[in-house]
This record gives sequence, C-alpha cells and structure tokens, in this order.
Amino acid sequence: MPNPFSPTQAPGRVRPSHETDPSTAAKAREGATPAPSGQGNASNGEILARAQAGDHQAFAQLYSLHKRRIYSLCLRMVGNVAEAEDLTQEAFLQLHRKIATFRGDSAFSTWLHRLAINVVLMQLRKKGLSLVSLDEATEPTPDEGPSRSFGAPDLTLTGAIDRLALERAVAELPAGYRLIFILHDVEGFEHNEIASMLDCSIGNSKSQLHKARLKLREALRAQNSQEEQP
Amino acid sequence: MTGDPGKLSCAEFQMQLPELVGSGADATTHPHLQSCERCRALLEDLKTIAEAARQLFPSVEPPDEVWEHIESAIRQEKEGDSNPPVAPPLIAPPRQ
Repeated sequence: MPNPFSPTQAPGRVRPSHETDPSTAAKAREGATPAPSGQGNASNGEILARAQAGDHQAFAQLYSLHKRRIYSLCLRMVGNVAEAEDLTQEAFLQLHRKIATFRGDSAFSTWLHRLAINVVLMQLRKKGLSLVSLDEATEPTPDEGPSRSFGAPDLTLTGAIDRLALERAVAELPAGYRLIFILHDVEGFEHNEIASMLDCSIGNSKSQLHKARLKLREALRAQNSQEEQP
Repeated sequence: MTGDPGKLSCAEFQMQLPELVGSGADATTHPHLQSCERCRALLEDLKTIAEAARQLFPSVEPPDEVWEHIESAIRQEKEGDSNPPVAPPLIAPPRQ
C-alpha cells in the first residue's frame, strides 16, 4: 500500500524526476503542447544545450515544456491569475538571462523551480504579505509544533476533507509553510529536491512540512467546530 | 526520554513524527500508537490532509499572451544589448 505521506504520481500531476529519463518525459509532461519549433525528437538535454547556446527556438521549447508547472506554482502561491501571469513571465525572463549559468548540478526542473520560487518570494516580500518569511519558515522554531496537538482529542477531522475548505486553509498559511506544502503535497517534489530549491536541509524540509500540516489541521478543526456551533 | 518506543510520551512521539513520516516509514505501526488514541487521531488527520492535497489547485496552462510578452521582452533586451548607451570618451577631444 502506498505511503499516503509520500508524494506519489496523482492524476494530472508530474513527478519532477521524469527529467532524468527523457524517454518518459513526453509521457509525463502534463498538458504538453507541441514544441514551437517542431523538433519533437530532440531530447530534453539537447533542447537545454541549444537554449544555453542562445537558440531562441530551443528556449521556446523549454517554455513549452515547463510553462504549466511554473505557472501553476505561481498561481498556487499568489492565488491571483494576473499576478501569476506576471510572475511566470518574470521567471522565464530570468531563466533567459541566467540559463547559460546552469551547470547541471541539479535537475534542470529543480533549478528552474528555485528560480521561480525566488521570483515569487520577492513579490510576496514586496507586497509585505510574507506573514512568515521563507527564512523564518525554514528555521527551527521550538515554540511551535507538536505541543499544539495535545489538546482537544475529541475534535478530529472525519474522513474526507472539503476541498474548498482545505484550499482556503492553504491560502491562509504563512508563505513559507504554504510553499513547502505546495511543493511536497500538491506538486509532488521529494524532500531532497525541496531542500535543494530552498537551500535548507532535508530535515528542515520534513519539519516544516509537518508544521504546515499541523497548521492546516488546526484551521480545519476550527472551521469544523464553528460549523458545529448552533 | 525513554529508550522504549512504546513508552514514549506524546510529546516525545510527536517530536519524532516529522522524521518518521518524512522518511516514508509506516508510522501507523509505531508502538506508541497502540496505546494512544490522541496520537492515532493526529496521524490519521495528517494522512487525510496529505491525501486531500493531491486534489487541490488543479494545474493550468498560462494563456498564450504570457509567451508573447516574454518574447517581446527578450527582443527588447536584445535590442538594448546591441545598442549600448554611448559611453563618454575617456579622453576629452581637443578643443577646436
């Protein structure tokens, strides 16, 4: 039986690790649109190398390959279509400026996500909306966490969770927690990939994801208890 | 902290939870849960949340305009590069 806590391939979701196997990349790509240049047989590595050499058509192919995931990440983080479009645009412009510096130390998808995350976080900071900054969220905070779960054992979530209620609760999470929750539980990245994207330890990624889930549980239980009141 | 996993307090068990859950191990078989309804309920809730997350925020394509804007911005940046601002001469030209 699959571990429910581990990111597994869900319908309509892409596992980031497909990049390591170009033969499955096309199958795994969600919502893939025809490559703009029509050079469908080129491997991801070849496309990347050409884009790094300044080939505009190859860059357009890279956009086509990754646009959906980057846009979805932006949209999930900011919850606003126009803003997500601007952030996607900025992320790919940054990619265009920096692509020659990619050395392959990590998967390209991880590197691109890291770049997009920085764009998103910069925007959140500009707006002053980072209720908890990523730095804070990835720092151990001994005053938070398990102790909050000790009380009220009678108030547990029962079975299925209302999707909209959970989406609302996720949207209200501090940005750092929201980011880790979205990257792991929604997008399906592994902790080692998240650690690489966010420049934190794997243990930190696990710990922050746990805190994010605890906060969601609290929020959902609070909603449930409000609904139960006459 | 006791060395017997079955005799952990709730606080001790929950301190271990992030690593236990994050490692992919089956946390439901932990000895502490055999006797602790509260922690069982907690783990069950966290599992429900993780499972529900997979159905959240369906992924969507950006509209075509986003690529058009990107291309346009790239073009502008290239034009800017090919027409660099004229730097002032290092040595002033001789006066006529």
